[in-house]
Amino acid sequence: MDHIAHLARLALTEAEAGDCVTKLSRILDMVDQLQRVDTAGVEPMAHPLPMVQRLRADKVTEQDHRDEYQRNAPRAEQGLYLVPRVIE
Amino acid sequence: METGDIAALARALRKREVSSRELTEATLQRIERLDPVLNAFITVTAGQALAAADAADRRLARGEATALTGIPIAHKDIFCTRGVLTTCGSKMLANFVAPYDAAIVERLAAAGVVSVGKTNMDEFAMGSSNETSFFGPVRNPWDPERSPGGSSGGSAAVVAAGLVPAATGTDTGGSIRQPAALAGITGFKPSYGRCSRYGMIAFASSLDQAGILARSAADAALLITAMAGFDPRDSTSVDAPVPDYVAALDRPLAGRRIGVPPQFFDAGLDPQCAARVREALQVFAGLGAEIVEVALPNLALSVPTYYIVAPAEASSNLARFDGVRFGHRSTAAGSLEELYKRSRQEGFGAEVKRRIMTGTYVLSAGYYDAYYLQAQKARQLIAGDLRRAFESVDVIAGPTTPTPAFRLGEKTEDPVQMYLNDIYTIAVNLAGVPGISIPCGFAGHLPVGLQLIGPAFDEATVLNVAHQYQLATDWHRRRPPQPAAARGAR
Repeated sequence: MDHIAHLARLALTEAEAGDCVTKLSRILDMVDQLQRVDTAGVEPMAHPLPMVQRLRADKVTEQDHRDEYQRNAPRAEQGLYLVPRVIE
Repeated sequence: METGDIAALARALRKREVSSRELTEATLQRIERLDPVLNAFITVTAGQALAAADAADRRLARGEATALTGIPIAHKDIFCTRGVLTTCGSKMLANFVAPYDAAIVERLAAAGVVSVGKTNMDEFAMGSSNETSFFGPVRNPWDPERSPGGSSGGSAAVVAAGLVPAATGTDTGGSIRQPAALAGITGFKPSYGRCSRYGMIAFASSLDQAGILARSAADAALLITAMAGFDPRDSTSVDAPVPDYVAALDRPLAGRRIGVPPQFFDAGLDPQCAARVREALQVFAGLGAEIVEVALPNLALSVPTYYIVAPAEASSNLARFDGVRFGHRSTAAGSLEELYKRSRQEGFGAEVKRRIMTGTYVLSAGYYDAYYLQAQKARQLIAGDLRRAFESVDVIAGPTTPTPAFRLGEKTEDPVQMYLNDIYTIAVNLAGVPGISIPCGFAGHLPVGLQLIGPAFDEATVLNVAHQYQLATDWHRRRPPQPAAARGAR
């Protein structure tokens, strides 16, 4: 549980982790039904549409919205997003 | 003022019997009176709505109106709306003001539709009862002790209560059709790829699709015509012409083949719901349609398949919420990693965390083949069942949900009980085909939904069959009992 929570970058309190263990076990028991299904030779389906990525001309199409977008940032200064110190 | 029948409202607007400002003011008054009970709106945008109504009235005066100009609607709070709070039902985005409009918001605004606000929803659209919303549950207008379903529960409640004639929604596993069924209205999900996902906050990108909740299939056809179409900003938007859905409504049912899968009538289906759906099939037969049995042998795999695929995609999509660029940020973090972890811990609710954990687990090293790859193969089997069925029938009919509206709090303790609510709706998303839920009667005082499913990109047939049913029945015209104070205004 700790490993999965770390991969998901999710802190869990002890109570949350306990609840998560119980409920995730219920969910995994339910999805385990699939283990009994014979899927030999079945092509995996990732997506409903048989499509490939469209390509576009290599031209600048986006305008600069930095200041507008940074109005939603919890902390930004001089066009930069601020985070706790990473390099000592 | 009556809110149903958008075509009639549009005619009244064009004849200048009523102005969009009058309609919008009446709508805002109804919201003020009724929403304190329903809790169906997260944000009401009165000022912007009245400005848009005035612009619509000027357009009507110039004779440049579309079939939707001046009609008030509401948007699910999953769609970005420029300059307006867009929360997705989450504490994570409780302060997020969208810097741009979602594609369908843009298209509807261009048609002259007036948005009055943003509707409540399950957090990040993860839920079937609207109880996972950070802003509290929505109440079902038919019975305030019960859920209106989810995740588009707010949109379902505002239409059912007559606040607006239609509201947008999204459907990843049933999130339009299930609340439409539980709230006694019409809910339509087009084919995957038909409506642009640009500006629609992503949950599970191979399943998410925008659609509409309205009072009738005819109203849904009008709105979907304005919402659908190619958009290069969505990499999975389909570049195909949009048929005239309104023109297709009138075709008689004679000769249509309607398939009924016995798997839709299993032991989990409430007997009253089963009876209402069978009565609806009799109506179709009476209108000249041929009712035939079709098999969907892999239907039972759809819930386990979905609860691998959708959380896997969600765990990846929701990685963007890191407390750095937008959204909630923890003030208790000393390091960058702690900032990510605590911001996500504080910003996400329990169900969203569960889905992120499930998705991370099934994608993690050593489990990918057993879970995710196996689910993708099961998805192929389920989609194959539908493809085969549509070789011999025009649409598939069955119940939308196993039971009518359940009580708030009834299923919150057991996630699997909640997930099983989507047993009849999920296959449609896994296959990417269109589906609609329309009212087909009552179980006691609660509405029952009939689901119609069509082949990929044949929305026109689904809407046509639903409309022909609604011409022959009046279940879609039934209204919930309104609070005494509201009656005078109707």
